Amino acid sequence: MVPLSWYLTLSAVLFSLGVLGFLLKRNIITIFMSIELMLNAVNLTFVAFARYWSDHGLKLALSGHVFVFFVMVVAAAEAAVGLAIIISVFRTRETLNVDRVNLLKL
Amino acid sequence: MVHQILFIIFGLICVAGAINLLVQRHPINSALSLVVVMSSLALIYLLLGAEFVAAIQVIVYAGAIMVLFVFVIMLLNAGAEERTKGSHIALLMGVPAVTVVACVVGWIMVSQRHEFGEVGISPTNFGKTEAIAQLLFKDFLLPFEITSVLILIAIMGAVVLGKKES
Repeated sequence: MVPLSWYLTLSAVLFSLGVLGFLLKRNIITIFMSIELMLNAVNLTFVAFARYWSDHGLKLALSGHVFVFFVMVVAAAEAAVGLAIIISVFRTRETLNVDRVNLLKL
Repeated sequence: MVHQILFIIFGLICVAGAINLLVQRHPINSALSLVVVMSSLALIYLLLGAEFVAAIQVIVYAGAIMVLFVFVIMLLNAGAEERTKGSHIALLMGVPAVTVVACVVGWIMVSQRHEFGEVGISPTNFGKTEAIAQLLFKDFLLPFEITSVLILIAIMGAVVLGKKES
């Protein structure tokens, strides 16, 4: 038996590391990967609570798994569009450094 | 006991991979350490009895999405990132702030651990694909259909954005 708080603490640590990566990294692709890390940390919380509430009915518990499924679908869509935006930014500016990409206008 | 040891091993691999993601300068190394984080998270999902979620974590996240990332890194020939003034300010302000937030959340979790209780290795018939499919195609049918429209819009958006302007 593992305490639920361990899972939540691991999730909090992973989320914090994702926020830190978002702040520290200067490469636009690595910043995008930090966002994926934060999404993964949230997914861990969903699955841990789904297991925790499994005594209160299967439907209630499995809703957490279904929600993780939807988060993954949205993450996949986000990755496809985001990487297309990165490619288009690289084409016009020839750089991946976010300090040099400070205007939305082309 | 075995459960706790397995959780500690996979949790440490997760955190080590996430720290490696921050430390590495080259994006391809960061991408590969993110694959490590996602794979060990899939094993933690298995400990929580979420078989279906663990499978799609490996297939969709560690497989499809990370292949897309690695592909873009190689396509753009991304080199090691350079340190700038902005990153020094972020280092000075961001690290203490995030450390404080993580410590406060961790302290709350540890001090309230008796309120939360424990979770064990799953009983049978929990997290099976069949049970999730029943829920997904009955109760969540409308959101499921809407996500298919979302995926379609994402595909069209990626094609339009990635197209070369003539």
